[in-house]
Amino acid sequence: MTAHAPAEEHAHDHPTPGTYAKIGLVLFVLTALEVGLYEFTYGERAGPLAHDIQPFFIPLLLLLSAVKFALVAMYYMHLKNDSKLFSGVFVFPLIIATVVILAMVALMAYHWAFSRSG
Amino acid sequence: MATTAIDQHHAHAAAHAEKTGLWSWLTTVDHKRIGILYGATAFFFFLLGGLEALIIRIQLSRADNNFIDPDTYNQLFTMHGTTMIFLAIMPLSAMFFNYMIPLMIGARDVAFPRLNAFSYWVFLLGGLLLNASFLFGAAPDTGWYGYANLTSRQFSPGPNADFWNMGLQILGVASLAAAVNFFVTIVNMRAPGMTMMRMPMFVWMSFITQILLLLAFPVIAVALILLMFDRFFGTHFFIPAGGGDPLLWQHFFWIFGHPEVYILILPAFGIVSEVLPVFSRKPLFGYAAMVFSGVFIAFLGFGVWSHHMFTTGMGPIADTFFSLTTMLIAIPTGVKIFNWMGTMWFGSLQFKTPMYFAVGFIAMFIIGGLSGVMHSSPPADLQQNDTYFIVAHFHYVLFGGSIFSIVGGAYYWWPKMFGRMLDEGLGKVHFWLMLIGFNLTFFPMHIVGLNGMPRRTYTYPKELGFELLNQIQTAGSFVLGLAFLVFLWNVIRTSRRPRNAPADPWNGATLEWSIPSPPPEWNFDTLPKVSGRDPLWDEKRARGGQMPEPRAGTGAGIHMPNPSYWPLVTAFGVAAIFVGIMMLPKWGPWGIIVAVALLFFGLYSWLFEKGYSEFTTPSHGGH
Amino acid sequence: MSDHAQALETTTGLDSRKLAIWTFIGSECMFFATLISNYLVNKGRSLVGPFAHEAWTDPATGKVYEPIIEIPLVTVGTALLLFSSLFIVLALYGAQKGNRKMLVGWLGATLVCGIFFVGMQVYEFTHFVHKGLTLQRNMFGASFFTLTGFHGTHVTIGVIWLATMFYLALRGKLTPNRSVNLEMAALYWHFVDVVWIIIFPVVYLIR
Repeated sequence: MTAHAPAEEHAHDHPTPGTYAKIGLVLFVLTALEVGLYEFTYGERAGPLAHDIQPFFIPLLLLLSAVKFALVAMYYMHLKNDSKLFSGVFVFPLIIATVVILAMVALMAYHWAFSRSG
Repeated sequence: MATTAIDQHHAHAAAHAEKTGLWSWLTTVDHKRIGILYGATAFFFFLLGGLEALIIRIQLSRADNNFIDPDTYNQLFTMHGTTMIFLAIMPLSAMFFNYMIPLMIGARDVAFPRLNAFSYWVFLLGGLLLNASFLFGAAPDTGWYGYANLTSRQFSPGPNADFWNMGLQILGVASLAAAVNFFVTIVNMRAPGMTMMRMPMFVWMSFITQILLLLAFPVIAVALILLMFDRFFGTHFFIPAGGGDPLLWQHFFWIFGHPEVYILILPAFGIVSEVLPVFSRKPLFGYAAMVFSGVFIAFLGFGVWSHHMFTTGMGPIADTFFSLTTMLIAIPTGVKIFNWMGTMWFGSLQFKTPMYFAVGFIAMFIIGGLSGVMHSSPPADLQQNDTYFIVAHFHYVLFGGSIFSIVGGAYYWWPKMFGRMLDEGLGKVHFWLMLIGFNLTFFPMHIVGLNGMPRRTYTYPKELGFELLNQIQTAGSFVLGLAFLVFLWNVIRTSRRPRNAPADPWNGATLEWSIPSPPPEWNFDTLPKVSGRDPLWDEKRARGGQMPEPRAGTGAGIHMPNPSYWPLVTAFGVAAIFVGIMMLPKWGPWGIIVAVALLFFGLYSWLFEKGYSEFTTPSHGGH
Repeated sequence: MSDHAQALETTTGLDSRKLAIWTFIGSECMFFATLISNYLVNKGRSLVGPFAHEAWTDPATGKVYEPIIEIPLVTVGTALLLFSSLFIVLALYGAQKGNRKMLVGWLGATLVCGIFFVGMQVYEFTHFVHKGLTLQRNMFGASFFTLTGFHGTHVTIGVIWLATMFYLALRGKLTPNRSVNLEMAALYWHFVDVVWIIIFPVVYLIR
């Protein structure tokens, strides 16, 4: 009689504990890379290449964190195998959040750079 | 002894017997009752805010007046704004979200009935805390937007700003909880066949409003936290001497504040979109365009906030950007206005009271929108900002817009909620008094504003020549007061009439008119199946024009969630936390500690309530 | 807690409670966005030190303040939180499969990680205060403690939630058809981890 799908919506390609563990390992490695990148660029034992890396430091770092973010969201939070509605409910606020952060940084930086009393 | 059919009937009837008494109201989880609680409370606060306005108007009726002193004046305009926005318009909209959304989507209740009750009680406690400030002679006095660093300890040493801060935080919790609830309800509890693009427009606009609430309220929550830290913990977020900047407050506040005004107007748009088709006997013109324009307004609403800050010297790039986005947002609004007119065009117009208010809404909102577009030009706004020109604008959109629409909604849905029709004659008197009083009060503000009368100032000198127009404004405000007395009289008179309103007094199109007035606790004997946008019109057409008057069944076999007092207890816990924060200097951490304990006690009792089953069951087949 | 899985058909076929927690998480994105914006705009606006990554000598007293940020400690905390996300996924897997040992074991491990993270934060805060950084000291201190403090509060609430789940799991009450309750807690926990994934580089690594 029901016209709706049943309450259970687990996809048939459910990740296994093995997959989860592998993702965990990747997350650990990515974190190590983040710290490694920091040490390489700014750390006490930063080598001669550190200076060249510096302009790329922030984008590289943010890229690494973005990948970690996506892995946790897609696999641990199960968005990859779940209804797209959940992804929408998460991603839309993320977009607004990003816009707000970027706008605030830009607006306040401009304000402080150009206002007379600093 | 075998139970007879009659015994069973009585048992079922008793299970669903209309509960009366204070306790039944304190423990209710029925969306209809919660709606009425919101409505009654909000109307009370609306009258309170109106009283605050009348005192302001008396003060301003004469130049160099001292009916009240400047400090009292500051408290009054702050509380008037805060009350009207947070304690009147928002909860009046919530009244309709609560009562109507489940009915319109063919559900028995919202997704989380106890959370629903919780939202109401938290709202009530927040409103009480805000107004308790009057008892201490320390009502908030720094404007409804609380600009820094006037709100710093240095310039606002008293507890006024703390009442405001804590009150708003409590109200924010209520709004967020309700927004989660209604978002899930609208997504997940629609009747079979009701796709998103078949939902009533009121439900769509409410849906978008919930999304705005979810995204905007956290921002002000953080801003208020930062202010609290400045005032209680010695940080300098908004204090220049310590490296902070008052402008930061303005940004954070208006990132919330601009979506907030769409939160205030979108439900009103939705109500008008319900009333106009019914009283034009024509479907809403351009349904899809109405949906998409609403979505566009909401999305773009997050990109216009600094138009409230054109006079802060943001520089030409920021000014231009926000000016463009603000002008852009006028377009989807215009689409809606044309679609409303298109709905009426060639319709068979029935001028009953709800229709008067809906048409009045369109006219007044257009005026408010026009002055709004005038503000969108930064150079023009340089003159208009901080003057009564702005006051005129936002009253035209919030009173001429939201309130006109909400009042129309009240007349429209009154029979459904209370089983009685409000008197048409008195309704029309109410309308004309309101229209005339409103325009007398607020239209001259455009003029005195452009002539330089500043906002938020308790008096003005005679030489400026504002006095005559201010006297007219004050007279108008009393006409407005009279209009609402007429409404009150209508309500009281109607309450003495027998409860015999038909299910469908207006020849409505949507599902709420298919069930008795007022509906039984379980709303629908059998959950409806929907195959179009105007399901009731479709059904009436299929039956040759008429529906038989529905009579509620016994509700046998339908399980509704039990009442519960844990939402109320938990609400006290939440409110107590913020009172505890306010009292940190006096009580140390103990207020907060006790409050958190109360919160956990209420919350865990709620979550582990014995034998409680939250979800309503559908009724399969008919009875 | 509801005794039966949501038996009611929903329009989307999705569990309303799961949708509710996702909706709440969406809202929380804006909460942390505001806190992160606040940190980013304010962190460089201190009138006096100590600072995040550079040493500072107070011109008035001559006292030398070390850089505040210490990478090793926070890296351990970050790893703890990441692994706790893995552990709770495994616990949920156990719950859904009716494997109580797996559920209790991994949930316990998650809880331990969470508690240690909070402990690390508390230690870090007191240590930073000893180094001269307070809420009131400068803009960096104010925004740092506010952002990480509210994150830590969210973690603490998560720990309490998980402890409750752990207790229920021990008592055998987290059956497969009630696993949505753990799923909700897990989603919240992952969100708290995901916010840290942003905070860690933005606060600790970016100079």
